[in-house]
Amino acid sequence: MPFTLDKEEGIRYMLELKNVETFYSGIQALKGISLNVEKGEIVTLIGSNGAGKSTALKSISGLVKVGSGQISYKGNDITKKQAHETTLLGIAHVPEGRRIFPKLTVKENLLMGAFSVKDKRAIEERMERAFRYFPKLKDRLEQKGGTMSGGEQQMLAIGRALMMQPELLMLDEPSMGLAPIIVEQIFDIIRELNQEGITILLVEQNAYQALQIAHRGYVIQTGAIRLEGYGQDLIKNSEVREAYLA
Amino acid sequence: MLNDILQSIPQVLIDGLTLGTVYAVIALGYTMVYGILELINFAHGEIFMTGAFIGTAMLIVLTGIGWVSALPAIVMLITVLLLTALLTGLLGMGIERVAYRPLRNAPKLIPLITAIGISFLLQDLVRFIAELKKGNYIVTGPSLFTSQIKINSSAISSVFNDASIKSSFIIVLVSAIIMMVVLDFFVNKTKWGMAMRAVAQDRETASLMSVNVNKVISLTFFIGSALGGATGVLFAVQYGTIDPYIGFILGLKAFTAAVLGGIGNIRGAMLGGLLLGVMEMFASANLTLMTGGVFGAEYKDVFAFAILIIVLIFKPEGLLGKPVAEKV
Repeated sequence: MPFTLDKEEGIRYMLELKNVETFYSGIQALKGISLNVEKGEIVTLIGSNGAGKSTALKSISGLVKVGSGQISYKGNDITKKQAHETTLLGIAHVPEGRRIFPKLTVKENLLMGAFSVKDKRAIEERMERAFRYFPKLKDRLEQKGGTMSGGEQQMLAIGRALMMQPELLMLDEPSMGLAPIIVEQIFDIIRELNQEGITILLVEQNAYQALQIAHRGYVIQTGAIRLEGYGQDLIKNSEVREAYLA
Repeated sequence: MLNDILQSIPQVLIDGLTLGTVYAVIALGYTMVYGILELINFAHGEIFMTGAFIGTAMLIVLTGIGWVSALPAIVMLITVLLLTALLTGLLGMGIERVAYRPLRNAPKLIPLITAIGISFLLQDLVRFIAELKKGNYIVTGPSLFTSQIKINSSAISSVFNDASIKSSFIIVLVSAIIMMVVLDFFVNKTKWGMAMRAVAQDRETASLMSVNVNKVISLTFFIGSALGGATGVLFAVQYGTIDPYIGFILGLKAFTAAVLGGIGNIRGAMLGGLLLGVMEMFASANLTLMTGGVFGAEYKDVFAFAILIIVLIFKPEGLLGKPVAEKV
């Protein structure tokens, strides 16, 4: 796997958070989080409801303002960047609850993903690529996003993110509310995307499945990192087993 | 009685549709802003009024210049419409930037109050300037397009009377329809129109699609205000005399039209405006007749609003609005 646990000098992480504190409607949601993601990795962030997982992703993509600390992406400081700026750098954020535009058609939802792309040919190529992962979408192009099932919406949400041709794909609870068989499919696709070179930061409550596909994981508890390690090691960790895998 | 009502129908339709298109275009401004910010921009009626004054001032100046006044009136009007639309569009954008954006995350009541404040500010500002320049805040513009056109509707069927229209009616009607068709195309068929709909549905997610939400909101205010201001010019041309308070009642009715059609729904605003205009003119022509002289034409608004209340009781989301059902 393309990473080392020893933090040697000169290693440039794709994404690095240093002591990030974020306040969310008056409450301190992140109490100084440090984590990193290397190019080519799947890193998962697990923890219980309200631990700060979503806030961490929102801090990275710029949906919420970071109070203090630093976030850097490919060596550039993006701490103060807003969402419409970070996404231009190659960070795609699939938000919790999928957040499909309900009254836009499937096609329009996909086109929104490529909003910053001017070249029509490139847009079409990207759409074809999204169909390769999610062939179902192709038959539903004119359907309104809000009329699709939860699983289809999740596929559309990921497809829409792929339209941005991201280097770093952040997924917030992609398995939420989905049937086990669909969850299986989604996780397969996440792994496949990773094999094609997309770095993935995965937030999950479904800790077991997340740790199964992740190279490394972080356990977050009340806004702070509690544990970190290889995915397989965390699965075996007694503390993790008790709290999240029981 | 039925015969009399039937006879008046051609004229009612012509007058009603003309007034209705004016309501409809202003209603668009309310509904677009509401759709995107859930803000009732009460200053929108005053944007319309400001447009009427800017346009009238331009027409007065232009008709005073010898070689310009020799140009066809329609060329002059189009120029004035475009310039006014640009200016009121910028005005609307500026108002959003200064008065609404800083309150974006405040409780919804707060920007509503600010909007009312902006209304008064614009009224008095326009009144002040008009009095300074003309010595009176009631201003009459140069009369253009005054020729009458007869429509031989009695030839269609003998139950109808002939109708007549001022040629300015046609100008208003055609301009308003063009504005609506272009806007509809923009919103539904272009990339920025799609971004606008996306921002209206989910602002946060739109920003994750690299959409600069503030830019889209500015654009929305620009378009709504440009349309409102241009309609003000049309209104001034049609009715001749304007004052700084015309925006209040007209704005209120246009807002009503937007609610009638389903607030936030662009085609709904168009439909609501047309319906309200026709209902109002129908009442104005026939109320005396229908009530045996108890209510005169001046009660037309009561009739129109009674229908509005009835529609909203049975369909609170408006004619084209969809009941709110959020999928979790």
